[in-house]
Amino acid sequence: MTLTIIEPKPVSFVALVVAAAGAFAGLLVGTAHDTPFMGVLLGAAVAAVLAVVWLTVFRNERTARWLTFVAFGAVGFFYVGLMGGVIGLAFGAFFGWFIFWLGEGRYRAKLPPYTTAYQVFLHFLFRVTCGAIFIFLITPILVVMPLSFNAENFFTFTPEMLRLDPEGYSLKHYRDFFSNSDWQQAMRNSLSIAPMATLLSVGFGTLAAIGLSSEHVPFRRAIMAILISPMIVPLIISAAGMYFFYSRLGLQGTYWGVVLAHAALGIPFVIITVTATLVGFDRSLTRAAANMGANPLTTFFRVQMPLILPGVISGGLFAFITSFDEVVVVLFVGSAGQKTLPWQMFIGLREQISPTILAVATILVAISIALLTTVELLRRRSERLRGMSPG
Amino acid sequence: MKFKTTLLATTALTVAAVSAQAQDMADSMTLVSWGGAYQNSQQKAYVEPYLADNPDVTATWDESSAEAVAKLRAMNEAGNVTWDLVDVVASDAMRLCDEGLAMELDHDEILAPAPDGTDASDDFGDLIVSDCFIPQIVYSTTFGYRTDMVPEGVEPPSSVCDVFDLETYPGKRALQKRPIDNMEWALYCDGVAKDEIYDVLGTDEGVTRALAKLEGIKDEVVWWTAGAETPQLLADGEVFMGSTYNGRLFSAIAEQDQPIGMMWDMQSFDLDGWIIPADLPEDRLARVLDFLYFATDTQRLADQAAYISYGPARESSAPLVGEHAELGIAMGPHMPTDPANATNTHLYDYEWWADNRDDLDAKFQSWLVN
Repeated sequence: MTLTIIEPKPVSFVALVVAAAGAFAGLLVGTAHDTPFMGVLLGAAVAAVLAVVWLTVFRNERTARWLTFVAFGAVGFFYVGLMGGVIGLAFGAFFGWFIFWLGEGRYRAKLPPYTTAYQVFLHFLFRVTCGAIFIFLITPILVVMPLSFNAENFFTFTPEMLRLDPEGYSLKHYRDFFSNSDWQQAMRNSLSIAPMATLLSVGFGTLAAIGLSSEHVPFRRAIMAILISPMIVPLIISAAGMYFFYSRLGLQGTYWGVVLAHAALGIPFVIITVTATLVGFDRSLTRAAANMGANPLTTFFRVQMPLILPGVISGGLFAFITSFDEVVVVLFVGSAGQKTLPWQMFIGLREQISPTILAVATILVAISIALLTTVELLRRRSERLRGMSPG
Repeated sequence: MKFKTTLLATTALTVAAVSAQAQDMADSMTLVSWGGAYQNSQQKAYVEPYLADNPDVTATWDESSAEAVAKLRAMNEAGNVTWDLVDVVASDAMRLCDEGLAMELDHDEILAPAPDGTDASDDFGDLIVSDCFIPQIVYSTTFGYRTDMVPEGVEPPSSVCDVFDLETYPGKRALQKRPIDNMEWALYCDGVAKDEIYDVLGTDEGVTRALAKLEGIKDEVVWWTAGAETPQLLADGEVFMGSTYNGRLFSAIAEQDQPIGMMWDMQSFDLDGWIIPADLPEDRLARVLDFLYFATDTQRLADQAAYISYGPARESSAPLVGEHAELGIAMGPHMPTDPANATNTHLYDYEWWADNRDDLDAKFQSWLVN
């Protein structure tokens, strides 16, 4: 179906773009060796020469790409070692592909034939920018993961780790997490507080959202603003307020105190997501159900609830993660008996910079990813079953 | 400064009186400490043995010593003190005592005498710096350096003034983000005699002089706030030398095998110990006193030194200090109080700092941002 004509591009253009990419790669490598300027020059030169040679002298894509891949890997391995070899292979694969992707003009394959050069440029600029933002957001999380396999008790990429020497890696921080009673207690506390707080948030939040979207309720906006306020008021203010209030009630330092505080923080998320799904909910369905003799409770559970379920679930997920990640309020409202995981991590970071925290962080990230994936899969499945999804 | 006061008149109340209350004791305690290796040493040396003797008692740790003053104030205001025993540095104990947040104690009445019968107050001696304070350990803030970053052909640094010498010892330094100790070291290395440091620092010119000395290395300084930062920076090779608590350096050197050397010159001594929050309910107070009597006796304080290189606060504990619990090395030579390490020390003046802290903090902070 593609109408775009793919044709080879002038070598001068390709060499220039590849040189720019080479300069960037050179900057990274050069900075690692304390000569960023040399790196830029060398990177640009090597990339440009490579592009010219492959496109004019030896235009056999398959062989050329393999050669680049292996040669870059070999150079990296020779000069730096195993890690350098891996990075070299990655660079080699990229540049081999990049030169021919540009040179053969394949980059236009998915664009409409009438796009001007400027539009093509903007299209890829947009993509590169998005990629850069993504990398900027995700790198701090990714860096933590290899560090958590450190064999030393410091947040340090040791020379052994950089050489990819198995000696430099260990699971001892994971072992520490699973065998240390402080961490296990914190894990149990988190796992007993978060689900209960989620349950309360979801229950109250859903009811509030349904109530607030009925037209006959007076002062809807004012009530909504008050219910949402825990999201807007700085956490430390809510925490201090709750501390004094709960102390008077005798709830400070108790399990239920922390659960109620976390529920209060989670409710706004549920209200917002459920209100959003209720916008698409057709009220005549409840009237139809009533018409057929269902009482309001049956109507809610059989008709309304299944339709707004995606909103309820994602609200509940946010409420769960809020409680699971929360450190400020629990520091005030909880006592040492309710030490949650984030609290334990906070202590660990302040008093003793131990990579066990990184191991915990890695586990938590993995759990979050698993949780979000499961929910997304379930949602797609239910949409498909109900025939709501176009695909 | 409130040194130990003369409450000896009440010695009629003996230890027997304390243990007589044993019927009505709470069966749980919340202990507040610093976390990390230090809290671990307390856990191993006296909390675990105490719980083994009293199986129906539970102890919960709260790692909040860093903000103990603020939290105790808030608890007091809310009328809900949940802590039973709080580990604080001496200066915090003095503040809490002055504010009436900590309970005043009669040390001879509530603490065990030394094995030879010496009263507790004499055994702890000058270290009882406040009526509310029960000292546990003597620690010091001192310097460590990367042994592999010493320039070739140069002696490893051995004097605190080497920290200020960027020509012989180029590289980054880690210093604590507060005027205490740093100002004194700066003046000392600017040629002020040790016993005149506080006189000089009391004048505006003295403060300017200290800051000018620090200005010389300011560009090379990484400022730290938590004791764990310097060992991390040293292990990373981010800094060449840095100040921190001596126990942290011991742990990095002996337990983690990092290429770090100790510099004991002009180490600054400080104290850490327990306070009891004021106005505890009777049953909880009885439990805490029972625990304290056990946890601060001569043997227990000596045991603590097997887990961390801080000197026990009792004079009678010093001869009992043995070997490291896991490494089996003699702990004596790693104590800040060991004569070989304490040849040139800095006596940090609590009273002077209590009076001048706010003023110097402000000057130091504004110097930092300029």
